[in-house]
Amino acid sequence: MTSRNLIIGGVLSAIFIAAALVSFVWTPFDVTQMNIPNKLKTPNAANWLGTDHFGRDIFSMIMVGARTSIAVALIAVGIGMSIGVPLGLAAAARQGSLLDEVIMRGNDLVFAFPSLVIAILITAVFGPGAVNAIIAIGIFNVPVFARLTRSAALPLWQREFIMAARVSGKGPARISMEHILPNVTNLLIVQGTIQFSLGILAEAGLSYVGLGAQPPLPSWGRMLADAQTMVSFAPHLALIPGGAIILTVLGLNLMGDGLRDLLDPRIRVERT
Amino acid sequence: MLRYSLKRLLSLVISLIIASLVIFLVIEVAPGDPASFMLGINAQEDTLDALREELGLNQSKLERYLSWTFGMLQGDFGTSYTYRTPVADMVADRLWVSLPLALYALALSTLIAFPAGIYAASRRGGAGDVSIMGATQLGVAIPNFWFAMMLVLVFAINLRWFSAGGFPGWDEGLFTGFKALTLPAIALALPQAAILARVMRSSLLDILNEDFIRTARAKGLNQRQALWRHALRNALIPVLTIIGLQFSFLLAGSIIIEQVFYLPGLGRLVFQSISQRDLIVVESVVMLLVFAVIMVNFIVDLAYAWVDPRLRSRT
Repeated sequence: MTSRNLIIGGVLSAIFIAAALVSFVWTPFDVTQMNIPNKLKTPNAANWLGTDHFGRDIFSMIMVGARTSIAVALIAVGIGMSIGVPLGLAAAARQGSLLDEVIMRGNDLVFAFPSLVIAILITAVFGPGAVNAIIAIGIFNVPVFARLTRSAALPLWQREFIMAARVSGKGPARISMEHILPNVTNLLIVQGTIQFSLGILAEAGLSYVGLGAQPPLPSWGRMLADAQTMVSFAPHLALIPGGAIILTVLGLNLMGDGLRDLLDPRIRVERT
Repeated sequence: MLRYSLKRLLSLVISLIIASLVIFLVIEVAPGDPASFMLGINAQEDTLDALREELGLNQSKLERYLSWTFGMLQGDFGTSYTYRTPVADMVADRLWVSLPLALYALALSTLIAFPAGIYAASRRGGAGDVSIMGATQLGVAIPNFWFAMMLVLVFAINLRWFSAGGFPGWDEGLFTGFKALTLPAIALALPQAAILARVMRSSLLDILNEDFIRTARAKGLNQRQALWRHALRNALIPVLTIIGLQFSFLLAGSIIIEQVFYLPGLGRLVFQSISQRDLIVVESVVMLLVFAVIMVNFIVDLAYAWVDPRLRSRT
């Protein structure tokens, strides 16, 4: 069961990551090239997944769209980790201190702004775009990683090997880096996979309402927005990008579950 | 209990103050002068000044912040730059769409998730459990707006059971109103139900391993009786947390779903206001959403402490 999840999830994720990477050097057609006479074709030998209302090749757009989705979600997870993990480590090292209190209350506050609301605020001020979508999703990832790191690090501070490190004269910052961090890495990898999949869903949602990646950059969410008015006579325009999102997210989630069981059967990761 | 409630109330007030400050400051740095946006580029300097005076834009930042927050406390959300009508009235109209939608979706999600989670937990490892868990895996991977499009395709365009979008208003009768909200509510509820069913199942399985369940079994209850009489009540605490969290996701999620179904809710108001740079509306609606989320979490916290006295000492 475990290895099956990991294999199916790993293969699905690998396919889309590969598609994104290959799109940098090769796509079957140029995604910016319109070919109106060839519009709204269903999947066929020339256009493997058909064409959209401008006659653009959907297979190529899915490949380039994978690039947008993966880049946005990956950078957002990176932002969340690089700010959240140090905050969580610091809070755990000084448990009960003012610093801990401020960090945890700050986290509560960010949780009160759902990522979509953050995105709306940011776009209201700076305008829509992929970079602002990254920031919005990234900010929301910070408290997730801060909380997880803190709650995983707290029990570690009671363990003997940390005592030994303290006796040997290491300060809290050095202990956090050298002894706590390596022990929470597994947990962070698993949560990272889950946040990655949530980031892909969030990016799709933001692009769908026009707050994410802007034309001409193809994005799965905007392909769906374009498809909406044509869904009655060209359902493949909605089915294909939707399928791409579902398979990628499903793959990442299965991989996360598999990794969790593989790395440590005892750990539980919050997913909400 | 009183001490705990007061402590939570204090942190609630602090959260609200900080949230309002953050929102105010973010909107403050937005480029563009609302007065010149309203009057166009050809406006005379003195007309602009008069309008700025009228909108209170000439006051200092501190004065504007205070008048915004104290206004909101009295139900005055300011005046829309674009429509010159009170924001409170615009929000109230839209709230009658967004709030019923979120509650409808929450009810649906709970109604689906409870039986599914309980059934899966009671048949742990069996075919029923495996298929429900598989379905929830798929449920969390489906974007709700895509699911909404598929619902429209099947139930509105092909079967013609529902209309594809729009909202006739509550004046047309309760049934008509709820019918228009049914597809959006299903689209919102299903991914949330998948999460809730997973939490319900794992929470029940945790409780079923407890000593008191073994005692109940030892005194002669079978597994199903022990589950219904003893485990379920205890398993509800984590489930309630998730329901509280979901409310905020549903409110925010309804912003996107309203776009799919062309519903005149808060979400459409926000997007309209962004494109018209009617920032006072954006500011007030965002504050309202954040207020709702903070309040729901506050109520959930108090409800726990009331249900479970052990939580009162732990803050």
